[in-house]
Amino acid sequence: MAEEFTINLKIWRQAGPDQPGKLVDYTLDTVNEHMSFLEMLDVLNEKILNEGGDPIEFDYDCREGICGSCDLMIDGRAHGPKAMTCSCQLHMRNYNDGDTITVEPFRARAFPVIKDLVVDRSAFDRIIEAGGYVSIKTGSAPDANSIPVDKQVADTAFDYATCIGCGACVAACPNSSASLFTGAKLAHLNRLPQGEPERKKRTVAMVEQMEEEGFGDCSNFAECEAVCPKGISISAIAEMRRNYMKAALAGDEA
Amino acid sequence: MNLESNVPEGPLKDKWSKHLNDIKLVAPNNKRKHNVIVVGTGLAGGSAAASLAELGYNVTSFCIQDSARRAHSIAAQGGINAAKNYPNDGDTIWRLFYDTIKGGDYRSRESNTYRLAQVSNEIIDQAVAQGVPFAREYGGLLANRSFGGAQVSRTFYARGQTGQQLLLGAYQAMMRQTHNGNIDLHTRHEMLDLVVVDGKARGIITRDLVSGEIKRWMADAVVLCTGGYGNVFYLSTNAKNSNVTAAWRCHKRGAGFANPCYVQIHPTCIPVSGDYQSKLTLMSESLRNDGRVWVPKEKEDDRHPNDIPEEERYYYLEEKYPAFGNLVPRDVASRNAKIVCDKGMGVGPTGRAVYLDFRDAIEREGEKTISEKYGNLFDMYENITGDNPYKQPMRIFPAVHYTMGGLWVDYNLMSNIPGLFVAGEANFSDHGANRLGASALMQGLSDGYFIIPYTIGNYIAGAELDKDIDIKHEAFNEAAENAQSHIDKLLGVNGDKSVVDFHRELGQIMWDKVGIARNEEGLKQAIEEIQALREEFWQNVRVPGEAANYNKYLEFAGRVADFLELGELMAKDALHRDESAGCHLREEHQTDEGEAIRNDEEYAYVAAWEYQGVNGQLQEKLHKEDLEFEFVELKQRSYK
Repeated sequence: MAEEFTINLKIWRQAGPDQPGKLVDYTLDTVNEHMSFLEMLDVLNEKILNEGGDPIEFDYDCREGICGSCDLMIDGRAHGPKAMTCSCQLHMRNYNDGDTITVEPFRARAFPVIKDLVVDRSAFDRIIEAGGYVSIKTGSAPDANSIPVDKQVADTAFDYATCIGCGACVAACPNSSASLFTGAKLAHLNRLPQGEPERKKRTVAMVEQMEEEGFGDCSNFAECEAVCPKGISISAIAEMRRNYMKAALAGDEA
Repeated sequence: MNLESNVPEGPLKDKWSKHLNDIKLVAPNNKRKHNVIVVGTGLAGGSAAASLAELGYNVTSFCIQDSARRAHSIAAQGGINAAKNYPNDGDTIWRLFYDTIKGGDYRSRESNTYRLAQVSNEIIDQAVAQGVPFAREYGGLLANRSFGGAQVSRTFYARGQTGQQLLLGAYQAMMRQTHNGNIDLHTRHEMLDLVVVDGKARGIITRDLVSGEIKRWMADAVVLCTGGYGNVFYLSTNAKNSNVTAAWRCHKRGAGFANPCYVQIHPTCIPVSGDYQSKLTLMSESLRNDGRVWVPKEKEDDRHPNDIPEEERYYYLEEKYPAFGNLVPRDVASRNAKIVCDKGMGVGPTGRAVYLDFRDAIEREGEKTISEKYGNLFDMYENITGDNPYKQPMRIFPAVHYTMGGLWVDYNLMSNIPGLFVAGEANFSDHGANRLGASALMQGLSDGYFIIPYTIGNYIAGAELDKDIDIKHEAFNEAAENAQSHIDKLLGVNGDKSVVDFHRELGQIMWDKVGIARNEEGLKQAIEEIQALREEFWQNVRVPGEAANYNKYLEFAGRVADFLELGELMAKDALHRDESAGCHLREEHQTDEGEAIRNDEEYAYVAAWEYQGVNGQLQEKLHKEDLEFEFVELKQRSYK
């Protein structure tokens, strides 16, 4: 069995949306290298419970880096120090005995805190609602091979479609912009023949919904790309802007 | 309990089209007068909600996650089957049906499984039209790969993230309807009870997981798409929030629970590393296309795998099953991993693991090609274990993955409670005693896109529902009070043992005695141990915090309480089924080589259990739906 070591933690505690929050210190001396970061928090919660305290609330579900539920700001970096890795897939072998780690929620005006590390990311759903789909009714689809799609186009579409909607891009952005999230969905659908007919309408609707939700503008810091656990390229944003300019400013919305 | 399957008469291939011709319809302008509740937003729930809303029904949809995009279908890696025969390798609807029914060891309903194969092709069309970026060949057409239990390449895939891409397709279709006002979506809501009025499902009770508020919802029909119950084992490949509560509470209201003992243990997962372990991570079965499974021939051989020469490696699947090799069905692969580990040939620090080796594939095809096929899986493996699978074999071991059992449904996917429909993993319907790889996505989407939207109309058109009831009806009062008092009871125990400890203990009992292999003695012990654990739970569980707040431990406590009842039913079902079938291996009934021996004379039926209360012991009454095989000949499965 792997050796146990000690980690010091400063964790954001906040009782509710309108309550003040603060960082609280904890020490855990039963950490081992094979634990995931969230398993370390589970063990800490069991310890807090045993001592009669209130466990720390944080979002998680699949714990294999695909559902997008987990969303921790770890030492000021969305999802922690390891590139292309969600909070749930970060393992304690990346830390040393005696390290101090600060854990906060993904902060943004459009992501209000619900409790402790749990935030409300429903603004993302509303951006998809605005146009992040192909308007096809069940049952009306042609044969799947009737429209060939260049392999490279399909592969690139996939690269953008791999977004898990975790919100790291927003949390990392100095402007709290959701441009990478929005741009990724647009870059996925807009480049496929199936998505082409609604390209302009979709782009305008999603960009405008993003603004309405209170996300900031993109100033090309590229912090989003650096923290994205799926490695989505910031080219999505350039593409979104081009399409938006063409559609909205040229008054060519149809 | 009425277990009339309502399978239409006629030849197998005509049953579904005949049914579509015969069933009642609801006129377009009348659909908006009908409310339908859909619980869960995975592949089944998302596709059902979107399709029903497109048809014009008023849909109210619920999920426990913070977004409908996060349901556990998202984690499905490998692919989705369809009988398109694009590779021209001889696939047909009949073959897909036959492989599925044979893979399920002849314990599913012929007509349902055939229909699944029939609609499989439409699913691919639908997903492509939605913009799902499936893998393609250079010519621009769709690519296929092979999966366990089949000798054709019929699996469509989107790298190792097929479930994610299909779910996002369904989610996006759903959000389009939400935007149009046809779906009223409630995230972070958990269903706690079913409301039955005059014998018909008329609504549900939920808890708002943020505010704690108990809410009432009325409808003309309820569609339950709440997934499987693998988390009864504590450690499984399921997401942490996956649970049986919605299905179990329906069971307590009279819905039959069918074949609860059929649990699939997936052969390729990352082994357990310690007590703190919170879940097990699956490595897609598609890896078995190129990875070779082996253990050292020498017992307790602690050499580094790369130092073990070829002639000292035991490629046990290739040797025992030359026809299917590493691509035998999941139950066969899992059982064989257990057999070699029980013999002392297991590897790794715990001796409970086998190797999955890509050395030969990398030599043959190059690291780049292998990386294109499985890159994300290899990265995931390295992240979790610290080992690089390009340089040394993966260590894998079976883990609980999928539950074939679930609420009993008829051909229309309606439970024995009229108006309660059940789709996806939550029902028992299509996979028998073992599900083949890449068939879960197929079933979830088949149920949601192509079956429920028709069959629900048939029910609603003929249901003669009482229009005068509202959410103040006494049945709603009783169910809401029931949900509240259950929560109060959990918070009131005030004991000193955590919910997680109870869950872990239950999981250990289930894994040891109701897991890969079962026997009479172990099952009897399991029943007693679960009863004792359940009693201790209600005397000594500690649930912190309060009801009217975000409180994850309270959510979990409610789910573990239900698992503590379900676990006993699973052991009971496994005990009563005195045969082996698919994933249900009774050690008393196996060949010398560990293959399942069925008893078709006595057990070719669906076991549907009727809840009758808990009084120290769980009281359940057994009902049987005989499985009639009109078109398929029952055979001993062989993959040799």
